Amino acid sequence: MNNIFKRTVKDKAFKYIIVLFSFISVVPLIFILLYIFKNGISAINLKFFTHLPKPVGEKGGGISNAIIGTFMIVIIASLVAIPIGIIVGVFLSENKKSRFAEFVRTSTDILLSIPSIVIGIVAYIWLVKSMGDFSALSGGIALAIMMLPVIIKSTEETLKLIPDHLKEASLALGVPYYRTILKVILPAGISGIITGILLGIARIAGETAPLLFTAFGNPFMNINILRPVNALPLLIYNYAMSPYHQWHKIAWGAALVLIILVLILNIIAKIVIKKWKVQF
Amino acid sequence: MESAILKIENFYAYFGETEILKNINLSIFPNQTTAIMGPSGCGKTTLIRCINRMHEFVQNARVSGKIFLYDQDIYSSNPIVIRRKIGMVFQKPNPFPTMSIYENVISGFTLNGIKLKKSEKDRIVEDSLKKAELWDEVKNNIYRKGTFLSGGQQQRLCIARALAMNPDILLLDEPTSALDPKSTSAIESLIIELKKTVTIIIVTHNTAQAARISDRTAFLYLGEMIEYDITEKMFTVPKDKRTEEYLTGKFG
Amino acid sequence: MNNLNADIFIKKSHRNIQIRGNKFSGDVVFKKFLFFSGLCIIILFLAIFLSLVLNSIPSIRAFGLNFFITKVWSPPDRQFGALPFIVGTLATSFLAIIITIPFSFSISVFTGEFYKEGVLSNILKSMIELLAGIPSVVYGFFGLFVLAPVIRTLEMKIGVLPYGVGIFTSSLILSVMIIPFSASIGREVINMVPADIKEAAYSLGGTHYEVIRSTVIPYAKSGIFAGILLALGRALGETMAVTMIIGNSDFLPHSIFSPANTMASVIANEFTEATGTLYLSSLIEIGVVLFIITGIINILGKIIIKKLMVEI
Repeated sequence: MNNIFKRTVKDKAFKYIIVLFSFISVVPLIFILLYIFKNGISAINLKFFTHLPKPVGEKGGGISNAIIGTFMIVIIASLVAIPIGIIVGVFLSENKKSRFAEFVRTSTDILLSIPSIVIGIVAYIWLVKSMGDFSALSGGIALAIMMLPVIIKSTEETLKLIPDHLKEASLALGVPYYRTILKVILPAGISGIITGILLGIARIAGETAPLLFTAFGNPFMNINILRPVNALPLLIYNYAMSPYHQWHKIAWGAALVLIILVLILNIIAKIVIKKWKVQF
Repeated sequence: MESAILKIENFYAYFGETEILKNINLSIFPNQTTAIMGPSGCGKTTLIRCINRMHEFVQNARVSGKIFLYDQDIYSSNPIVIRRKIGMVFQKPNPFPTMSIYENVISGFTLNGIKLKKSEKDRIVEDSLKKAELWDEVKNNIYRKGTFLSGGQQQRLCIARALAMNPDILLLDEPTSALDPKSTSAIESLIIELKKTVTIIIVTHNTAQAARISDRTAFLYLGEMIEYDITEKMFTVPKDKRTEEYLTGKFG
Repeated sequence: MNNLNADIFIKKSHRNIQIRGNKFSGDVVFKKFLFFSGLCIIILFLAIFLSLVLNSIPSIRAFGLNFFITKVWSPPDRQFGALPFIVGTLATSFLAIIITIPFSFSISVFTGEFYKEGVLSNILKSMIELLAGIPSVVYGFFGLFVLAPVIRTLEMKIGVLPYGVGIFTSSLILSVMIIPFSASIGREVINMVPADIKEAAYSLGGTHYEVIRSTVIPYAKSGIFAGILLALGRALGETMAVTMIIGNSDFLPHSIFSPANTMASVIANEFTEATGTLYLSSLIEIGVVLFIITGIINILGKIIIKKLMVEI
């Protein structure tokens, strides 16, 4: 009897420890969110979004150049990574067993594991060095290399789940293979693919390291993709590391904007996967 | 005797090194239902997938021998054209999940990039659904997704989709194996009705089903065609001992 | 009559089909196109690797293997040894892994075994996802302004030099950052254990704790190891947060409270200021090493998990 009592106590204790540790892990998150919200909200007003940063000492100033820059870089990265990523994803899901596809899959895994700072170096060597200047383009390409494996993986995983009999139904109607992929398989996987794209964008929107020596940062407004631009994460880094209190405040505001942006992308991704899910 | 619509001559099929079909010779006659039966793994599904060249999508699949549709050698024609002439319905109902009932029926045209006028489309959809005896059940919900239908209705939708292309031959690969008895009997009576307009080849492992709906039956065992005859004859006086054993349930 | 017309019409459209169907080459082109896209990925991977290696040749020539055991990193003297950063990286990463294990394990068991569904588990899962969504630079910002002062007070209490920033602070932030990653692998691994084996253990009268200890953990041992490995790969390459709170010191760290630099953070801190080919190529060589290590760790982790899946 005593034995069973001991075992039950042990079991209960184990469970409580698991629950306790699980919720302790969430505490930092709540801290971070509260802190950013508290410090960031006071910096945010309409001017924050529409004005340029002011020099040290002057009050006010906004982050409009960083917002525009982030959009530019993310759009360049998306234009490069999304089409290639989807095509490679199709290739991998259509060639499950071939040796060559296995090589491609391993290469994708390695690309996914490359530290972001190393990708920054590569983009620097390829673009900044050869073009002689930091630029939005080089930043966009660096982020495209980061986004590419994410989209390949999510496309492959999504398409793998589409039952084979769907493809057979189309092929048996005499529909050519390429039309079957474009008109039957891709539409059936659309929710998963879009979710992958959104999560890919969320991943790169907050990336700083690859931008340090590609997009570089710029205190002025710039919309030329061959010139350096500012970006939200770059601005946060530069302002946070500066010794000026006024700049710290702007950085908190920018952090809040960035987190809300990432959060919105995540929420849309969740909605897409729920609402657009294709019932097989 | 009528001339055959489909002739299979000295046909062999392999997956890698394994021989799946051995020296098959078979003539299919127009406006008849031909059943292909045999225990599982005998190669019956492979055989009909060779007829519309669907087996080619399996890696390492290869064949030798000839199949003629009328006088046209299937293996020296464009497989895409062959598949439009020889429709196929699969074991599991597989309507396109992104399309409505209407779009599913007309998908053979839209997916192939064939532009039709709205009125022509309407007519083909209505006609095909009527042929598949589904029209009355779905005519008010024709723009709803096909995946909301019951299993039996979905299978009839797939038949309508194949019929819309006006095929010469309709291949049915155990079309009732995933269905309940009531839906099965609906499909069976549909098959009997359909053979007025199209030639049907049906794979089944259910001997009773072969007996109920087919005019001729081929019995396959371990990749060989043991016997091929008019259904009535085969079921009453089988020539081969193995056929008799199969029909009486000794194996399978 | 109506029927007949439709038939004639469909016959007519069949002729169309035949004409179009003759364009057979589309599929061949499409398949070649897909193949080519796959080839591009392999080329991209090789190109990245080669560019990095080629650009680090000056440093490889100058220092050879000594690069990895020299503890002096002094740009003015053109003397570059990566040992301080290798030590800094290993120290922060391993410390972070050790801190994160109890938490990640708890979350894995919580969401994979105790509460597979339900409100509580969903809240926890969403929060962990959110944790993964916070950008690295924001973690660094928070670490610098909130965590570092706390650590500084702690350091004063225990009587070490109160830098606030350093290896320990970085490890703490890193451990939070890798929780979502290791917890999701942990949950996957626990879910891989076949339900019938767990049920058999329960049916013999085992408690939750006993079942997890005696069936789940032994079964998933290699998976847990792979999870730790993959989390380590993540931690090794993490750049921004660490760069902001490690203290940016090029000297070999003495204790876990010392300021230091990791391989990633030294690149982030010094790359744009690096003057001279040798300086730059030394930094790039560090990047090569980082690339190779994280690559190997990831492939190894994936192979272990794949093998586990086959075995089960």
